[in-house]
Amino acid sequence: MKTTRRQFIKVSSLYAGGVAMAGTGLKAASGLLNNLGGSTGGLSRTPTYCEICFWQCAGWVYKDDNGRIQKIIGNDDDPHCNGRLCPRGTGGVGMYHDEDRLKTPLIRRTVDGKQVFEEATWEEALDFIAEKMKTIAKEYGPECVVLFSHGSGGAHLGHMLKAFGSQSISAPSFAQCRGPREVAFLTTFGDIVYSPERTDIRDSRCLVFIGYHLGENMHNGQVQEMSDAIDKGATIITVDPRFSVAASKSKYWLPIKPATDLALLLSWIHVLIENGWYDKEYVEKYTFGFEQLREHVRQYTPEWAYGITTIDPNVIRRTAKEMYDASPAVIVHPGRHTTWYGDDTQRLRAVAILNAILGSWGRRGGFYFPERVQFPEYPTPPYPVPKRLPAEAYAGKYNLANEVVSNGICDATIPSVDSDCNFKVWLVNGTNLMLALPDQRKTLEAIQALELLVVIDTMPVEITGYADVVLPECTFLERYDMIRVSRHREPTLALRMPATEPKYHSKPGDWIARELGIRLGLEAYFPWKDMEEHLDWQLKQVGSSLEEMKRIGVKKFPRQYDDLYLHEGEDFFFNTNTGKIELYSTDMEEEGFPPLPVYTEHEQPPEGFYRLNYGRAPMHTFGRTANNPNLTDLMDENTLWVNPKVANLWGLENDQYIKLRNQDGIVSTFSIKVRITERIRWDSVYMVHGFGHDNKKLSRAHGRGINDTELITNVKTDPVMGGTGMRSNFVTFVFENKTVGKEAEA
Amino acid sequence: MRYAMAVDTKKCVGCSDCVVACQTENNVPIGYCRDWIVEVTDGTYPQLEIEIRSERCNHCENAPCVRCCPTGASHYSDGGTVLVKKYHCIGCGACIASCPYDARFPHPDGYVDKCTFCLDNRVKKGMDPACVSVCPTKCMYFGDLDDPRSPVSQILKKRKYKTLIPEAGTKPHLYFLI
Repeated sequence: MKTTRRQFIKVSSLYAGGVAMAGTGLKAASGLLNNLGGSTGGLSRTPTYCEICFWQCAGWVYKDDNGRIQKIIGNDDDPHCNGRLCPRGTGGVGMYHDEDRLKTPLIRRTVDGKQVFEEATWEEALDFIAEKMKTIAKEYGPECVVLFSHGSGGAHLGHMLKAFGSQSISAPSFAQCRGPREVAFLTTFGDIVYSPERTDIRDSRCLVFIGYHLGENMHNGQVQEMSDAIDKGATIITVDPRFSVAASKSKYWLPIKPATDLALLLSWIHVLIENGWYDKEYVEKYTFGFEQLREHVRQYTPEWAYGITTIDPNVIRRTAKEMYDASPAVIVHPGRHTTWYGDDTQRLRAVAILNAILGSWGRRGGFYFPERVQFPEYPTPPYPVPKRLPAEAYAGKYNLANEVVSNGICDATIPSVDSDCNFKVWLVNGTNLMLALPDQRKTLEAIQALELLVVIDTMPVEITGYADVVLPECTFLERYDMIRVSRHREPTLALRMPATEPKYHSKPGDWIARELGIRLGLEAYFPWKDMEEHLDWQLKQVGSSLEEMKRIGVKKFPRQYDDLYLHEGEDFFFNTNTGKIELYSTDMEEEGFPPLPVYTEHEQPPEGFYRLNYGRAPMHTFGRTANNPNLTDLMDENTLWVNPKVANLWGLENDQYIKLRNQDGIVSTFSIKVRITERIRWDSVYMVHGFGHDNKKLSRAHGRGINDTELITNVKTDPVMGGTGMRSNFVTFVFENKTVGKEAEA
Repeated sequence: MRYAMAVDTKKCVGCSDCVVACQTENNVPIGYCRDWIVEVTDGTYPQLEIEIRSERCNHCENAPCVRCCPTGASHYSDGGTVLVKKYHCIGCGACIASCPYDARFPHPDGYVDKCTFCLDNRVKKGMDPACVSVCPTKCMYFGDLDDPRSPVSQILKKRKYKTLIPEAGTKPHLYFLI
């Protein structure tokens, strides 16, 4: 892709200025480390919670006598992990040790007509950013500054930005991921699913996964509970065109034709209602719109669904009966990454309705009511009221979105004649937007229109190449962060503290936010002496202290409010317009969307093309782990899953490298290794997301596999909440010389 | 005392946590591993089965690696655990060739390395091996076959199981629940 004003710079600094940086920020804190925490077998330990994914398991960081981080082990008291981290958490040490980390602040300069990154001191970099932000805000208002964030740094930078006068804060975890399910459950039950999910999997007798590949998607607590459920003999029903690991653990695998899930869901609702296989008392007491639902789904017979989904009508009936027999201890799982086809909120509404008529919401083995500690903020002055809210950037659209729509912000950044709501500054923290947002051409167009792009990250991920300023953030093992206040069966708090000092010239997120804040004249918003004082004050308000948390890492609190489940016959007010579980959604109706989910047909691949499906591997989190030395050791490239019949047709062989071309003529930058397997349907191919990095500074990740995001150019936006449906892209095979790894360097 | 391990193939999701936990616990250099994941797919779409196994040294009762070792570096230790005395090992590789399970590898420091069941660093201190203790699916069971109350004895009583390459006559102590 050609870029003009902002040329992509592979992070390498041609100009090393007089770099003398004092790494004093954490010295005082780290002096304490040696005396803290327990000790086992010559190893000292400090508490943390993991940042490799967003499940945020609490654990202990063990160091040997030389102060070298050796291993990270789960905290037994943590309900997120129960003492057992997943491979990414265990391999979290690699994030610290990775020698490709960003090491020093960089500023884009033009030298002899060529754009380069110049090494800078923190003072220079922060002064530069603050001056720019002030100038730009003067002209366009502070609201034109956006923060894209995914991870713990967001809390600090978000606070700084709100103090500056902007609420434009967004994470791709909504509109590129779990948004549709949250909006669907909010409109149905008046509450969202949350993360960690409120699914009572351990006591469930029937688990239904719709394209949800738990086990490959390693959300720890849920994987653990799925294993418990298997032990207890739960029935698992998996709907997936791919024989996923979850499918292999299932009593029923429904190898559905891709993009037809909603037909199956509607037909299940039909079967349950027509046969009286639903919780009549629960439906009567708690739901709204059952009669309309009954009338609406009359048309959706299993025979109707058969012609669409290719699933045998008898299997549809049998699996519906399994759900009913297990009810209310049944979970039709809402999944997590749900932005597939652009009618995703409607599909997730059907999932919510299934759960509602089976009576699983608020029941043991279904969905429990989670609770969190009421944890006070450190007192700071009130934030200024912004003149413009971020949602105004996409006014009149996505009205049911309950979080900021990242792609809405991205679109509004691109100048247009009919919009004066342009954003001028992006602060990007912990999210590689080049891999996270589909349709890279748009992302690049938006970036070119910016007056300032600041990237704060630990690694030289692709988005850093477009930055004006790159700030090296330290890893979670080298810093304090906000206390983890999680919703769960039991409310808990968890502490993250530095196990060691920040490597190179990297700095913790709180320090970066504060230093920038001070330069913006926002001292009053950072009244604490340091993070220790900040956290200690907060902890003391709930009867704990930093000293206690350093010792125990995780503190459990008794529940204050409602019980985990509904009581027999309990009156319950749901936070919807009708106070009931809305089978018939008044919110949807008011916004002009179908109040009951309607099946719509989606595009199918043209001849010679295959639907590009993507997913996750248990040892990686998107692209952010693709260079981690411990985790690349387990998996260092993605492979292209191809059905043997397709492979035969095209003459593909196992381990052969090929490129892919999508329906819009986009050819992948790199090649991917073919994996011929019966585990994939003949009309689709599959790869793990997060590979195919094109920044050479990622020495282990560069050129390894294909980046699925670059092939996702046909984006189906969900009109309800702005989610970017990414599974309507079709690819075909391109045979040419392999471009991979070392050869790609040439 | 006979130490043994059972791995539940019905619960293992193949996440490789056992692999990385072993590496960080035992300082196994990156690029090498003492345990690994095997995934076997059987059938034709859509009639399919997968068996996922976390594999390692089988700590055989009749271990070809011990028999063929010219220096006695490979030996039986407590509970029948098969270990390598690294300072006695000359790195000849006879054991690697003799092992039907391909469980051994030449360590870059010049000796042959393999799974130890974490005998000295964990088991003797009353802990489970690292892989067992970290597994998110709790699919691994460890203990003494001579102790009927040990987790491994208990689970082998309850469940169907198999061993790998029984025809090699090695009497392995690594069981797979099926």
